[in-house]
Amino acid sequence: MQKKTTTSFFAFLVLLCFSSFALAQTGIRGTITDAAGIPLFNASVLVEGQGKGAVSNDKGYYEITGLKAGSYNLIFKYMGFSPQNDQVTVVANQMITKDFQFASKTQDVSDVVVIGYGTQRTKDLTGSATVINEKNFVQGSLATPEQLVMGKVAGLKVTSNDGAPGSGSTLRLRGGTSINASNDPLIVVDGVPLDNGGIAGAANPLSLINPNDIASFVVLKDASATAIYGSRAANGVILITTKRGSASNDVKVVLDSKTSVSTIAKFFDVLSADSLRNLVNANGTAQQKALLGDSSTDWQRQVFRNAVVTDNNVSITGGIKNFPYRLSVGNRIDNGILKRDQFARTSVGLNMNPSFLDKTLQLEANVKYVQTASFFANRGALGAAFFDPTQPVYSGSEAYGGYFEWIDNNKPNTLSQRNPLGLIEQMTDQSKVNRAIANAKLTYNLPSLPSFKATVNVGGDYSEGTGYTITPATSASGYFTDGRYSKYRTSKSNKLFESYLSYNSGSKWEDQTLEVVAGYSYQDWDTESPNFPTWNEAQDSVIAPEAAFPFYTRNVLMSYYGRAIYNYAGKYVFNVSVRRDGSSRFSPDTRWGIFPAASAAWLISEEDFLKDSKTINMLKLRAGWGVTGQQDGIGDYAYIGNYFQGATTAQYAFGGQYYQVLRPAGFDANLKWETTSSYNIGLDFGFKNDRFSGSVDLYQKDTRDLLATVPVPAGTNFTNEILTNVGAMQNRGVEISLNSGLIATKDMRLDWTINATYNKNEVLKLAQVLDTTSPGVLIGGIGGGIGNTIQAHQIGYPTYTFFVLEQQYDSQGRVIEVGSQAEIDMNGDGNITAADKWKDTNAFVDRNKDGIINVKDRYYAGQAAPKMFFGTAFNFQYKKWYAGFSARAELGATIYNNIHSNSATFQTIDGTKKYLNNISSLYYQDEVQRTTASQLMSDHYLESANFLRMDFINVGYNFGKLGFAKEKVGLNVNFVVQNAFVLTKYSGQDPEIGGGIDNNFYPRPRVYSVNLTFNF
Amino acid sequence: MKRLVTYTILASTLLLGACGKNLNQSPKYGLNAEAVYSDPDNYIKVLAKLYSGMSMTGNQGPAGQADIAGIDEGFSAYVRVLWNLQELPTDEAICGWNDPGIPDLNKTEWNADNVWVKGMYYRIFYQITLCNEFIWQTRDEKLNERGFSSAQVNAIVTMRNEARFLRALAYYHAMDLFGNVPFVTEEDRVGAFTPEQIQRADLFEYIESEIKAIENDLTPAASVAYGRASQSAAHALMAKMYLNAKVYTGTERYTDCATYCEKVINTNTFQLDDVYQDVFLADNHTSPEIIFPVVYDGLYAQTWGGTTFMICSTLGGTMVAADYGVNGKWAGNRATRPFIEKFADTSVDSRWLFYNTGHQLDITSMSTFIQGYPNPKYKNKTKDGLNGSNNATSAHVDVDFPMFRLADVFLMYAEAKYRTGDQATAVLYMNKIRERAFGDQSHNYSSVVLQDFLDERARELNWECTRRTDLIRFDQFTGDSYLWPFKGGLDVGQATADKYNLYPLPTADIVLNPNLQQNSGY
Repeated sequence: MQKKTTTSFFAFLVLLCFSSFALAQTGIRGTITDAAGIPLFNASVLVEGQGKGAVSNDKGYYEITGLKAGSYNLIFKYMGFSPQNDQVTVVANQMITKDFQFASKTQDVSDVVVIGYGTQRTKDLTGSATVINEKNFVQGSLATPEQLVMGKVAGLKVTSNDGAPGSGSTLRLRGGTSINASNDPLIVVDGVPLDNGGIAGAANPLSLINPNDIASFVVLKDASATAIYGSRAANGVILITTKRGSASNDVKVVLDSKTSVSTIAKFFDVLSADSLRNLVNANGTAQQKALLGDSSTDWQRQVFRNAVVTDNNVSITGGIKNFPYRLSVGNRIDNGILKRDQFARTSVGLNMNPSFLDKTLQLEANVKYVQTASFFANRGALGAAFFDPTQPVYSGSEAYGGYFEWIDNNKPNTLSQRNPLGLIEQMTDQSKVNRAIANAKLTYNLPSLPSFKATVNVGGDYSEGTGYTITPATSASGYFTDGRYSKYRTSKSNKLFESYLSYNSGSKWEDQTLEVVAGYSYQDWDTESPNFPTWNEAQDSVIAPEAAFPFYTRNVLMSYYGRAIYNYAGKYVFNVSVRRDGSSRFSPDTRWGIFPAASAAWLISEEDFLKDSKTINMLKLRAGWGVTGQQDGIGDYAYIGNYFQGATTAQYAFGGQYYQVLRPAGFDANLKWETTSSYNIGLDFGFKNDRFSGSVDLYQKDTRDLLATVPVPAGTNFTNEILTNVGAMQNRGVEISLNSGLIATKDMRLDWTINATYNKNEVLKLAQVLDTTSPGVLIGGIGGGIGNTIQAHQIGYPTYTFFVLEQQYDSQGRVIEVGSQAEIDMNGDGNITAADKWKDTNAFVDRNKDGIINVKDRYYAGQAAPKMFFGTAFNFQYKKWYAGFSARAELGATIYNNIHSNSATFQTIDGTKKYLNNISSLYYQDEVQRTTASQLMSDHYLESANFLRMDFINVGYNFGKLGFAKEKVGLNVNFVVQNAFVLTKYSGQDPEIGGGIDNNFYPRPRVYSVNLTFNF
Repeated sequence: MKRLVTYTILASTLLLGACGKNLNQSPKYGLNAEAVYSDPDNYIKVLAKLYSGMSMTGNQGPAGQADIAGIDEGFSAYVRVLWNLQELPTDEAICGWNDPGIPDLNKTEWNADNVWVKGMYYRIFYQITLCNEFIWQTRDEKLNERGFSSAQVNAIVTMRNEARFLRALAYYHAMDLFGNVPFVTEEDRVGAFTPEQIQRADLFEYIESEIKAIENDLTPAASVAYGRASQSAAHALMAKMYLNAKVYTGTERYTDCATYCEKVINTNTFQLDDVYQDVFLADNHTSPEIIFPVVYDGLYAQTWGGTTFMICSTLGGTMVAADYGVNGKWAGNRATRPFIEKFADTSVDSRWLFYNTGHQLDITSMSTFIQGYPNPKYKNKTKDGLNGSNNATSAHVDVDFPMFRLADVFLMYAEAKYRTGDQATAVLYMNKIRERAFGDQSHNYSSVVLQDFLDERARELNWECTRRTDLIRFDQFTGDSYLWPFKGGLDVGQATADKYNLYPLPTADIVLNPNLQQNSGY
């Protein structure tokens, strides 16, 4: 403290001297700060037309002398801000004080984007990145953040997994790069990379973040942008920034209230009770006829409902003496359209970004706390459509809770479906999840080295899910075990420590800037779930004992990274970065990897020949290359040979004594991450002052050392299939996005955006040995039988390509079924009788002509992922009215209608096992009698999944400030219809099914919302 | 103050930079091989896994942490895949399910991608690899290094011999089903290599030499703990090999078969159970007839394969699950007419356990359960009619699978004696089986012809995973000398190609291992 006083005193003396000396000077001086009042170092100020200027020191102070009296235009420049002007009048022999504050804080300036470990002007970006701000978010009542950008980003496909409340989405950026490792992009919230793995009791990890708190998404697409995230970045990186406090001392309160009604958009088209009775009476066996009931029950209407969803959020933004904060509280109660389904979320978010020590030390602290409470309605009831509609809901007796159930020998039939309403009403499945994500980032301007900033970011992401299910003993499902009670708990933690040093040359050198960042990062994840036995409902007898050991897994990632961005004359920007990652998931020999990237941009519009163009205001060519990795989605210890103890239910007895086994696990000691090299060329353009703007990108991603689970030679490992680095894959594509202000007048605006993506995915290599006679890796399990699969990963085809038998049709175009009567003389006895039956080779094309129909006759037909997808949005505003819509379309995907193949045959009605099923009305399309293994494989059930979905339509009115209170209150009213309609030729319920296999899908609801926003 | 901040930042950076050792993570609840084998108490737990490789499908029971990938876990049980490969392509059973590969087995139309063929092949090699590891880890030099007592070492050596028996058994099935297979021993360590292929006849010699090396060092049957392999188990395996030696090597070894059958018989440790069905009940561990069982338990050894599969898969329609001590009816397997008709005296033959109420004899549709007779021979009830141990849910059963039993040895002995010219001994042992089956001597043979052995084995050992092997020995499996429904794909049956006497090596392994030559015809 003594020292500080001395220093200050000395400074005062110096200042005094200067002041007295300055009396003779004519000029300007002052301090340049950012919006938060933080002094800017190396900011430049230029006196227009005078050739004079200055650069600010580390206190933001500048001084220009030698000017004549008069009025001048000052141009202030600082990295990350557009140049700004200010007027000053200089008086002879006086130093005029002209402080200057850049209009807003860096991060909030819309043309500055957050990139890994820093920010950059959009204009100077060399990689492919898309920023979506609040004003472009998808409207409506959304449970999870990723839905905010659905259809908004070229190259990013967001598919909601289903219509369950709080359900997550699958994100795919530029196709997937992996087969068995994760294809999810890395998501970083306020600098904390999230664990995207599931947590028990939560439908989706992102559902634990309140979408209302999100300010912007930055989607980093190509490797030159993502390589700074190294071994996890192959599938892109999504940076989410939450809303933060402002420097202003005004307290702003925003109250946002959404009330919605969800309705089922489309019921399954199944036979009515009368149709089923007619069909069975006409074609059925005596056994089937005897099982028919005389009720008419619409089971879908019994289990589905119109549900109310409320979502209320309050946020308070303000600053207490330069201590900016934002506090938000949200509550969402999302009732599912399946009865009893509920997802309730309460979230609290606090952001603080104060500065200390003369604003040289900045703190940014974020705390997000979320609690969800879910009631999961029994998903078994999703099959309600196929329950026999001729049976009543209630049996009239007291057995099984009064619900009608199929009975076999006075016990519930173990093979039949259960009463769908009974399933829902007689099961309790509840969970609670708590999650806290917190981080504190300290940025310090080093006092002795003003161009340098040191940043330390410490963060954590903790979650715990607990839950239980109860099936009562009185229910048919619980009959055999006296009911059932089970519970679960999972806790996860993800710790982050990061420190990096950044250098910013500011405007020190004319025409050149250099920014360098170098840092270190440590991340540590662990997951633990204890085991519990399964009890009967009364919890006095154990049905299944708990497993031997709790589940526990941990992995650590250590990284060093660096990046330099060099900008010459605002025209040429070069960006190089490198990251070295070490992961505990791999052996010491293979765990370290280097991920380099380089890219450049040429701002053609800054060249002299375009600089003054009135038409083209922006034209930029970008090119980049980079190497990224992927290691998420694999086990934490897959490289170590270990023995694991078996559960108590998997013991072996010697002489009546049971022993828990010790089993060696298969392992690949040489496991490492898969590596993707990407190339990207892009063009950004803006015409007529950005009234028409957009970009085009071409990319290629080559993945090698693909992490895939493939067979190993028999006899060489403790398993027959192992996760190993094998194979290669390629994604190539084009992305186009266009933005246009079609109308821009004082009272009326019409904005239109469209984006289009084409992606071609191809598996190049899958095993050590190339062999095209093998059918590839069979995947895509379907309903009907056990273990039937309909897709394959095969060399030369996209992943998840359908792999099917080619159906043959008779002279009338009907499906030929194996074993059904033929209309021609098959057995050659001269007569056409019931003995003439179609054979396999009549039903399907015998492609290899060996007289047998089997897997060798299957062919590759269609891919599950779309070849092209589009998103478009219109926003219209007329005075205080506004309206808009947002739509998406996908082309080139194929869907397998498993409902048609498995639930639309006469055989499915059954009757031989003492119960009947209803069938899909698709039965009338081809009247197939039997479901056989080969029939399931038929290409007859493949359909085009092309669709156009209207994600939302909204109409609103902004009342502006209303004068009914002492403090004026702003009010904005918005009506939104989500999932308004889908245009498709697909015969099923919904063509948009992740994975391309349509079977018992939780339907996506149509949602009508009224949103009220109050501003205080 | 500022300096303090600077130092704090620098210090914390350095401090956390030292976390490099955290990159060495290992499972909290797993042990590496060295840790496992340093504790003498762990050996029996590893040995238990070698045995449970034949009963269980994974570490969780009944499902979860599967041993074998690429096949539904419940399907992957050793005994279940073995049963499907030995029974479905024969007259003994047709399965009505649409599960992949099942119809191809019913129709004798499988190929190298058949999931059951793959399942059996990989299950066999899973067993072999586990046994190799245990044998390697228990080699003498290693045991001496570890400082165990001599009693401990002796116990471990016996376990090692059992592991060699289990490996020989797995190789026997490999030889019987696939013929020429990859060959790995304990000298081949886990890692990236491509095993050499061994010829069927050479594999025969290897198994023979292995059993001969250990047969006297295994525990005698009289003192062995139930469930573990005894000398008699090894002898029964040898007898089975010699009986079929001509198929495997081209050379008949019936005399050796008889010799090894006598080794089992002469221990006087085993005797035929009084009641035929008692050998297949929930308390069959008390049966005096079983030489080598695969052990199951409704509570502690749960699986969807094994005997749970054998019982539930043949229950359906009007049958009452509870009568068989289970709660599931999977409506799959029924026997065909030519097989059912081998039982001439259905009212008195205690081995006639078919259910025929409402069932028809002929099968014209594989998936129609009421066509053909279910065969609920295995039953999760005790001799006294009580339920198995898992009384609460009855989802899993206690019935042990008799891999080798005395009746089989008697029939092998009879056939070997007959084929070497001793008609009298053959009749004597055939009649021991007949007397138990019929309760008296009224149905005894006075003389026998060769076909009688095949038919008697069918009646006695039905659904015990031996039918395919027996039909091949009698040259009635392929071709058209004997037809049954859906043989060759037609409901009336038709000739099949001789290549089906062997299963193909799975495409998956052919692709990976260039040393492998596919069996001819595939």
